[in-house]
Amino acid sequence: MSDIAIKHISKPHPVTGVTNGKLGIWLFIASEIMLFGGLFSAYILLRTGSPSWPHGSSVLNVPLATLNTMLLITSSVTMVMAWASLALKNVGKFKFYLGLTILLACGFLIVKSFEYGTKFEHHHFPSTSTFYAVYFTLTGLHVLHVIGGIIVNAYYLFPGSKMWETNPEQFLCRIENAGLYWHFVDLVWIFLFPTLYLI
Amino acid sequence: MSSDHSHDLPFWKKYIFSTDHKVVGIQYTVTGLLFLFFGFCLMMLMRWQLAFPSQPLPWLGQFFHEKTMVSGIMLPEFYNQLGAMHGTIMIFLGVVPLAVGGFGNYLVPLQVGAPDMAFPKLNMMSYWVYFIGGVIMFCSFFLPDGSAQSGWTSYPPLSVIANQGQTFWLIGMVFLITSSLLGSINIIVTIVHLRAEGLTFFRFPFFIWSQLVTSFLLVLAFPPLEAAGILQLMDRVAGTSFFMPSGLVVSGQVLQASGGGNPLLWQHLFWFLAHPEVYVLILPAMGIVAEIMACNTRKPIYGYKMLVYSAIFLGFMSFLVWAHHMFLTGMSTKMSSFFQITTMIISIPSVIILTALVLSLWGGSIRFTTPMLFAIAFLPMFGIGGLTGLPLGLTAADLHLHDTYYVIGHFHYVVAPGTIFALFAGVYHWFPKVTGRKMSEFWGKVHFWLSFIFINGIFMPMFSMGLAGVSRRLYDPTQYAHGLAVQPLNVVISYSAWLLALAQIPFILNFFISIFAGKKATDNPWEATTLEWATPTPPGHGNFLTEPKVYRGPYEYSVPGAQHDFSPQHLEGIN
Amino acid sequence: MRAMNNNYYGFGLPIDISTHGAAIDRLIIILHIFMVALFIGWGIFMIYSLIKFRARPGHKATYHLNHFKAPTYLELFVALFEAVLLVGFSFPIVNQFVNAKPDESTALKVRVVAEQFAWNVHYAGKDGIFGASKPELMKPGNPLGLDRSQEAAKDDIVAINQLHIPVHKPVIVELSSKDVIHSFFLPVMRVKQDTVPGQKIPVWFEATQTGNFEIACAQLCGLGHYRMRGFFTVDTQEDFDTWLDQMAPKPEV
Repeated sequence: MSDIAIKHISKPHPVTGVTNGKLGIWLFIASEIMLFGGLFSAYILLRTGSPSWPHGSSVLNVPLATLNTMLLITSSVTMVMAWASLALKNVGKFKFYLGLTILLACGFLIVKSFEYGTKFEHHHFPSTSTFYAVYFTLTGLHVLHVIGGIIVNAYYLFPGSKMWETNPEQFLCRIENAGLYWHFVDLVWIFLFPTLYLI
Repeated sequence: MSSDHSHDLPFWKKYIFSTDHKVVGIQYTVTGLLFLFFGFCLMMLMRWQLAFPSQPLPWLGQFFHEKTMVSGIMLPEFYNQLGAMHGTIMIFLGVVPLAVGGFGNYLVPLQVGAPDMAFPKLNMMSYWVYFIGGVIMFCSFFLPDGSAQSGWTSYPPLSVIANQGQTFWLIGMVFLITSSLLGSINIIVTIVHLRAEGLTFFRFPFFIWSQLVTSFLLVLAFPPLEAAGILQLMDRVAGTSFFMPSGLVVSGQVLQASGGGNPLLWQHLFWFLAHPEVYVLILPAMGIVAEIMACNTRKPIYGYKMLVYSAIFLGFMSFLVWAHHMFLTGMSTKMSSFFQITTMIISIPSVIILTALVLSLWGGSIRFTTPMLFAIAFLPMFGIGGLTGLPLGLTAADLHLHDTYYVIGHFHYVVAPGTIFALFAGVYHWFPKVTGRKMSEFWGKVHFWLSFIFINGIFMPMFSMGLAGVSRRLYDPTQYAHGLAVQPLNVVISYSAWLLALAQIPFILNFFISIFAGKKATDNPWEATTLEWATPTPPGHGNFLTEPKVYRGPYEYSVPGAQHDFSPQHLEGIN
Repeated sequence: MRAMNNNYYGFGLPIDISTHGAAIDRLIIILHIFMVALFIGWGIFMIYSLIKFRARPGHKATYHLNHFKAPTYLELFVALFEAVLLVGFSFPIVNQFVNAKPDESTALKVRVVAEQFAWNVHYAGKDGIFGASKPELMKPGNPLGLDRSQEAAKDDIVAINQLHIPVHKPVIVELSSKDVIHSFFLPVMRVKQDTVPGQKIPVWFEATQTGNFEIACAQLCGLGHYRMRGFFTVDTQEDFDTWLDQMAPKPEV
């Protein structure tokens, strides 16, 4: 691995203006958009084809979801702060903000599990109705993405941060890419929240 | 393998969990070829039932479990399993991994002058994810009720109420999709970022263009299928009703489900992938054919820029034609008119590519090597496949031909004597680069001519059967009077299929014997111009001895004033 | 048990006994003539090139070629031809098939409900009104789930795998499915339409000739897909009426 030099790992390509990793993560996000786009269009089709559809706010817990929206937006801010601290070579602050991002994401999951728990208590399962099927599938897939983000960030907070000693430039790129992914996860929620809970 | 450090690595890191794109490419190629052969075997079993319905399979029949064959007579469930898995394996485990995983992985870094893929570890991972997907698919045959049996299209509600094999199919598909996504992101980044100095976009070999467009199709078209797969998995496992309408009654029992779903939703999501998938299957093949034709006609490809624009246009348009697979689902005339128009439009770039490739023969000095024979045969075969798409793209003609053997004939002409011939051409063409030895020309030609004859023997009669109205996926077509009338054709097809299998023996032997005992090949045995031939044979870890620089377009053959009839991309000045 | 007249079927298109099928057949034939002509012309060019430009001593490839004009014209011709096919043939035929519903007062209305693996044919009976189908009543003896106590359902006629229609009379068939997707295919009528559960899709046609034909299922619907064969009989009006009378439920005493 180390004996061959792959270009543009931490230096942007002159034509595209980004590094390999960043181009890769953008392509990955493009495919994720298609994934959620497919699910959203399924949701629209099922909803428009259905004779009756419950109003999201009447069955789902809007205050909890609003809290969750706040948590995720804040975590996006702390993610940016983590990256900015690293760019300023302040590793301590970087670790603080990245840790905070992870905690906020865990907070999101805890709130979500309360929401799910209440639904199960009231015997509302994915099989109950198409509304709940859409709700559980979309939010469940989003939760999987949040868990993925937590794993990636935790890796960079603990074992992955050793790279800062050997290759700080590449490490900075990695944090930036992890941030891009995290913002995307945040953005998906910002679409899910109004479409499922409010309208 | 001289000036590299790879010999320091332990065996398992060098050959099994290798990050070297060439090893990954070879792994993909070998696995893909094995699955291709396995998928072919499934079809040969089906061909017995079709040619001689409900007669016991001689000798071989005794080796099958009683849930698949009773005293050698195939059961309809098993026939449906074979059909579903034949399609799935050929497309998702055979052709795509070969064309994109195998050829793409091995050749893309070489042709753009890169030392490896942009993300070597990701590359290794995409192979192993594909491998796991393949194992899941393969193992599903050994489930108590067998594998998926709702066709490779897996239309609900049938697939939702089907046996456990369908769940395995869906999980396997999630792995295969993930693998394709990782692989194609890697290919795009490699092409865009790691190309050598001087290799501008219009100096790319056409193969690179085809891989680039294909990878974009995979990145953008596969996720909707993944979404559909997740929804179907939910329907099967969590009891949701995404694809299940209310009030279903299955074998006299009212189905307990919340209802309110729409079975056509699956078809939309499925074909939104599966039509671009057709171009995923065909574009790399066109790329391979263009490379081989330029090299063996010793002249530039005719209309190179037109080819590139057509390929890009094909890529865009392929997202707008999916519902022509659904003309008979009761769609409005407005919608069917729209999809008929887009379907006719998409045929134009295909015709341009084919015409440009045929015109490339004009003025050449054609060497009839084995790869060239396969590449030439690709043209009329793909031509037949493309032309017979025309009646299917017009709703009026599709009214009669939809879901008949005509459709089978049509897409097999595109994929089997089309793409698979191109893949064979590629194997013969790049074999010397990969192994350092040439395959036997004589046995290659035997392989070609026999394959060419028998493969037409398989697919040509299908058009007649389709016109006669014989539906696809019938366990016993003689149940119908119109099926009985054309039954002799089924016998012809089956014999052709079995003979085609025999015709692969020269290839298999040639392949393995040549690895060890073939004629030694030089670095550039075909006197070709593109960058992969500028590496040592076989290329070592890191590929190029010195970083290559590109001075000219990809197909500078027979340049006036040059000393040789080929001017490699990496050499400065006319020579 | 395949006592059908095999003259109806052969290696090409089956006979056509519908009023609308001739247009479809014409389109298919024109397309094939076009395809064969294009393929042969193009094949001759290819073989000629292969022979003329084969590698041999003293022969060299040409680097600079003149731009060919002919292919551009050929492309334009193909594009134009496709436009003609669309506008001149396919659109009107499909329009006819999907939109030109015959007058419901004169046409015979039939419901066909597909299930694994049979075609349930439902006639309204004398009153001309279809009884409602109820999923919970669908049992082997009552595949359509008819409530015979209902006035509308009392005289309804249910035939399994037998579709009889009178000749020279427009027929509207309303297709639906109880379980999975099937496809209702009458080869000799050039009619094929998927039956999608949860939807009712009408098709219509008019037969020009009497005889015994087949209904086929064209969409994989499970392990019995291959034997989901129905009988399609075109009768004279008198024979049809007699058959309906025979099939009518006997009045309970």
